[in-house]
Amino acid sequence: MKIKKLLNRRTFLKGSLAGSAAAVSLSRSPEAKAATFEGYPDSMGVLVDLSRCVGCRSCEAACNEEQQLPLPEKPFNDFSVFDELHHGQKRRTDETRYTVVNRYEVPGLDHPLFHKVQCNHCQEPACLTSCFVNAYTKTPEGAVIYDPKVCVGCRTCMVACPFYIPTFRYSSAFQPRIMKCIFCYDTRLKEGKPPACVEACPQEALTFGRRQEMIRVGRQRIRENQGRYVDHIYGEHEAGGTAWMYLSPVEFEEAGFDTSVPKEPILNYVKDFLSIVPMVLTIWPALFAGIHLLATRKDGIKKQQQTEGEAEK
Amino acid sequence: MRCTFMAALSIMALMAIGALYPNQTFALDADDAPESVEIESLAELYQPVSFDHALHVEMADCVECHHHTTGQQPVDPNCLRCHAQSTETESISCEACHSAKRFYPEDLKERNQPELYHIDKPGLKGAYHLNCLGCHQQQGGPTGCQDCHALTKRGEQLFKVSIVPAENESGHDTHQ
Ligand code: SF4
Repeated sequence: MKIKKLLNRRTFLKGSLAGSAAAVSLSRSPEAKAATFEGYPDSMGVLVDLSRCVGCRSCEAACNEEQQLPLPEKPFNDFSVFDELHHGQKRRTDETRYTVVNRYEVPGLDHPLFHKVQCNHCQEPACLTSCFVNAYTKTPEGAVIYDPKVCVGCRTCMVACPFYIPTFRYSSAFQPRIMKCIFCYDTRLKEGKPPACVEACPQEALTFGRRQEMIRVGRQRIRENQGRYVDHIYGEHEAGGTAWMYLSPVEFEEAGFDTSVPKEPILNYVKDFLSIVPMVLTIWPALFAGIHLLATRKDGIKKQQQTEGEAEK
Repeated sequence: MRCTFMAALSIMALMAIGALYPNQTFALDADDAPESVEIESLAELYQPVSFDHALHVEMADCVECHHHTTGQQPVDPNCLRCHAQSTETESISCEACHSAKRFYPEDLKERNQPELYHIDKPGLKGAYHLNCLGCHQQQGGPTGCQDCHALTKRGEQLFKVSIVPAENESGHDTHQ
């Protein structure tokens, strides 16, 4: 059911990165080549309403527990985190926290706005298409998940992601691990349950349901509350469409959104980036071909072990 | 045999009366309210809120919390489109309309009807907070999380309260 590489037109990236056709040994089913793939019809989504969020950080706490992440530096009911700046930037998601809520003071508003950040689970994820070892999967439920076993730690996905979401944990030099929000896929989404953050939110600032339905809800909320929202659902088209979408009472850039994110899948832009830096193309193929061999060797060993294990039974 | 049959019948009859009568009353019973505030998933994280219904009756019209269900005419023009003539409904409790299991498959399935207008009806927890907090902001009621409900031991564990005492929590106004 799950498909990994979705689009034929994307394979150029894989091809150029891996350098040689020999290194690209991925099989693709013909139906997966549809150039108009626009996401799974019944995939789930979340509509985040900035006008409802009160910055209570319940979602952060719930995420930390659900994903068994390390202890935070400050408790989740400590609101001084909203004042933190790291190199002039507000808090970002990293290997210890898959979601953060940031506060924005907006001129003309008598109260601050809060913007929750996590993986947006793109319909056509750039992390997935840029990963040459196929570590990422977009599941029919809408989650972008990853297989830590095949990741080689090349960080291409970090560069490709328009939202700066994937991060890494290097518990040892040979065991890189992508760390990012997985939509609670393993423990909840798969079973039809809402993600932990959604369930924890007291304000229902996070609304969960079929993505198509979330767009309907968003439109209705804009229509029935004239003047309360800007007439735009961020993520309906941004980056080719994302599973997590946003409503805001003020222009999105005022609440820390990148409104320059293109309205089509990111991949074309990754290509641009690569062609601007031809060095990348000349050095990486050799490097990646090597890494790829390493990765497939690992797979080979695993298969070997499996067959040995079965033989023993 | 006949005896048990009669007993079963009379119990059913009693239940039927019980199901009818509370619905006829106008206001929620102030003493009953705290229980209904407990939401399964969070009852373990927060101590129950004792909601003083009598106090709130003095401050707001029924319609402000109970929408069209008490028979008062709604103010919101969006509601009036359909509920201008609505009479009192069978049940006026929050839980009767706002799902305590919001976003779970059954709740999502219920909303999955093309003609349904109320596709955006909040769950029980959302309904409480959206309605309460909205009014508390305007009227100067308490708005900090723990102004209304204290964390339980389990809640403290979830929020990792033990790391450093959060000095600014009690004064935190979520809508400063
Ligand atoms: S739990 Fe909801 S209201 Fe609280 S910070 Fe997260 S999104 Fe905002």
